[in-house]
Amino acid sequence: RLCWPGSGAAAMDLFGDLRRMNKRQLYYQVLNFAMIVSSALMIWKGLIVVTGSESPIVVVLSGSMEPAFHRGDLLFLTNFHDDPIRAGEIVVFKVEGRDIPIVHRVIKVHEKGNGNIKFLTKGDNNEVDDRGLYKEGQNWLEKKDVVGRARGFLPYVGMVTIIMNDYPKFKYALLAVMGAYVLLKRES
Amino acid sequence: LRKNVEDFTGPRERSDLGFVTFDITADILNGKNGLQTFWNKNTLIIFDWNVKQLFLYLSAEYSTKNNALNQVVLWDKIMLRGDNPRLSLKDMKSKYFFFDDGNGLKGNRNITLTLSWNVVPNAGILPLVTGSGHVSVPFPDTYETTKSY
Repeated sequence: RLCWPGSGAAAMDLFGDLRRMNKRQLYYQVLNFAMIVSSALMIWKGLIVVTGSESPIVVVLSGSMEPAFHRGDLLFLTNFHDDPIRAGEIVVFKVEGRDIPIVHRVIKVHEKGNGNIKFLTKGDNNEVDDRGLYKEGQNWLEKKDVVGRARGFLPYVGMVTIIMNDYPKFKYALLAVMGAYVLLKRES
Repeated sequence: LRKNVEDFTGPRERSDLGFVTFDITADILNGKNGLQTFWNKNTLIIFDWNVKQLFLYLSAEYSTKNNALNQVVLWDKIMLRGDNPRLSLKDMKSKYFFFDDGNGLKGNRNITLTLSWNVVPNAGILPLVTGSGHVSVPFPDTYETTKSY
């Protein structure tokens, strides 16, 4: 058997392990991996149910809410039906027909007796309100446009998502490493 | 507080536009206990290690025939940790246009101005706090045609 220096020896051992693993062990590892993925999905779906928001955790993509939030910060949202929309709240909304959620502050609210609300938003760091961002001819946002209200926040953590988006190779590399680790680690 | 109401052709159909000038006196604590006067009430707000900034805003809240509840932010300010926690602003004009959705400002006797703030932590919960102390402002029954402000 050839002798490889340093980490080379570990790599040789790894591939040796792989070949020696019998089918049953491989299936076990795969099932383990599937369980981890399913648990993660269940936690995410659980969060969606508990918060009432279709996207309970979002990453801030622009600097329009600086200095409060910067690109890469993580926001935790709730979207309870009974929570009224009030001036000063930070809402995450989607403009009709667009996919990208926007995080801005409510600066005007007009609510009718029957609960019908229309409101206007503006980014703290922007000079003007968001009318330019809304759909053509749309002057107000409504409850249905809201993804959630920002209740909590963690700085920097969301940067990983942005990097993975901007550099897909990084995303694949990360997934490959994670997959390899889970499939190959042995439970002793 | 002085107020005028002008009928203005805004970006949309004719709506009431209100002009308000105001004074703000606020004492925002810096982590120590003590009596603070804040618009004649006592209040306690703390700039601690986990507070990155306060986003302060003055909002006008009122009811009209058209809408049961209206809230318009007239002015806002970002107060970073380390900034002077005492506000003593006099004769401020509203930063944003006080447009009503319709003509509900004329003759409206009960517009309440409140100072509130959003506490932005370094990490954690984002609470919205309303200051204790608010002022009621009535608008006159007629429109002003003078454009001076």
